[in-house]
Amino acid sequence: MIKTEHLTKHYGALTAVEDVSFQVGPGEVLGFLGPNGAGKTTTMRMLAGFVTPTSGKASICGHDVETEPLAAKAALGYLPEGAPSYGEMTVRRFLDFIADLRALEGSRREARLSHVIEHLQLQSVLEQSIQTLSKGFRRRVGLAQAIMHDPPVLILDEPTDGLDPNQKHEVRTLINDMARDKIIVISTHILEEVDAVCTRAIIISQGRIVADDTPAGLAARSRYHNAVSMQLAQPAQLAEARAAVAALPSVAQVETSERDARLTALPRSGVPILPALSELAARTGLKLKELHLESGRLDEVFRTITS
Amino acid sequence: MRNVGIIMRRELASYFATPLAYVFIVIFLLLANYLAFYVGALYERGQADLDSLFGFIPWLYLFLIPALSMKLWAEERNSGSIELLMTQPLTLREAVLGKFLAAWIFTALALALTFPLWLTVNYLGRPDNGAILAAYLGSVLLAGGFLAIGSCMSALTRSQVIAFILAVVACFALVMIGYPGVIDLFRSWAPQALTDALASLSFLTHFDSIRKGVIDVRDLLYFAMLIGLFLLATAIALELRKAD
Repeated sequence: MIKTEHLTKHYGALTAVEDVSFQVGPGEVLGFLGPNGAGKTTTMRMLAGFVTPTSGKASICGHDVETEPLAAKAALGYLPEGAPSYGEMTVRRFLDFIADLRALEGSRREARLSHVIEHLQLQSVLEQSIQTLSKGFRRRVGLAQAIMHDPPVLILDEPTDGLDPNQKHEVRTLINDMARDKIIVISTHILEEVDAVCTRAIIISQGRIVADDTPAGLAARSRYHNAVSMQLAQPAQLAEARAAVAALPSVAQVETSERDARLTALPRSGVPILPALSELAARTGLKLKELHLESGRLDEVFRTITS
Repeated sequence: MRNVGIIMRRELASYFATPLAYVFIVIFLLLANYLAFYVGALYERGQADLDSLFGFIPWLYLFLIPALSMKLWAEERNSGSIELLMTQPLTLREAVLGKFLAAWIFTALALALTFPLWLTVNYLGRPDNGAILAAYLGSVLLAGGFLAIGSCMSALTRSQVIAFILAVVACFALVMIGYPGVIDLFRSWAPQALTDALASLSFLTHFDSIRKGVIDVRDLLYFAMLIGLFLLATAIALELRKAD
């Protein structure tokens, strides 16, 4: 369990984090979203015991990060922003160093070392010094460090930043694999990641929590929630189709895009419009390339909430 | 204490993983031997002792030790690895002590590599080996004092250059207030008690007294307290500024 109560951090006159309270339980993957500078990293650093809160409390598995820092840190695997490490060390030596600090010994140590090396595919770079590695490998070394001691709680600050699409997929698979029995908090500004791995998302803006919901719940706040998007086979019909769709009583608004002959109909609140639209298409003989129901656009919700 | 050892070993290994350790040792030995033979006139003095070496040790340390200590914390803060380190289950004190000990052991190693000079004077004459041993001990303690100050300066800034300059200035001040000429300057106007107090704060006063072969508890206590004080200041500086 991660728990924060009225967590606040001021840097002089600057407020980085203000009155942030939330709880995360086992099995939850919490996505921490927000524009750059919103306070994501500062909040995570306070949870990890690296930044001391100005006021408020945070605890990891019941251990207060200020009064029992060692117990809290022992329960936590943490990937700092940018995955810093010791560049002159080889990957093998670095992982050994972390295993030492995590007090892993004997067969468990061997098992954990081979587990992280295998799962993060580090075999090929074990003898290379970290400063010679690509960004993707460095990030994976950082992740290996975070999960070394198989902690019940993982806090990962931008775990997929700078990775290519394949590597992102691997890291997300890894997070999903661990999600069942762990508490995971990731920060990201990649919204597709929220759908891919998170069971819950907190949006933070100017240091305050402005939304705390499931990804589906957030998407439902979008004006595009339950909107119907259709792409016409004949672009020439766009104006005609627009007029016909706009005339439907259940449609609140129609947006069109000339570029791909797409028409998006936004419903009046709560009214399903898909049946009416497909019936309209059949009746007027509109040829459609594609027709689909939108669940909502996270990026639009994100922009609405944070700007 | 386990963690102190882990940090110390990692730190020592990292010295030798880069050219730093080798460059430091080579420069230290070249300068030490040059100063002892040419400036200190080891042969020409015709005396079987190592005063020609130890007289220059504070001046040698004045530039070489800040060059070693400047990276202790400034580099960790600059590269961000301090965040990785301080979110592992270890205390700040353990980290400060581990890093300091690594640097101290390393300087002791560099100093030990001046042993050919000791062999030379033993070949040429019959030196007071007890006094030489005491001088080596004094030099190690002096290195510890310089390093503790350097560690503190390194914790104050992200810039290694600034850490170097701060450490040189602080160490220079602590060496100079014990220099006879400087003490005389104070003696001309300040009360005796103040002059004595200042002189007793100096590295040089205590180093010279150990170097003469007299190991006084007060001198040992001076270095122990100086090192303890500056390591504590290092920890406080880091606690306040580690995330800035």
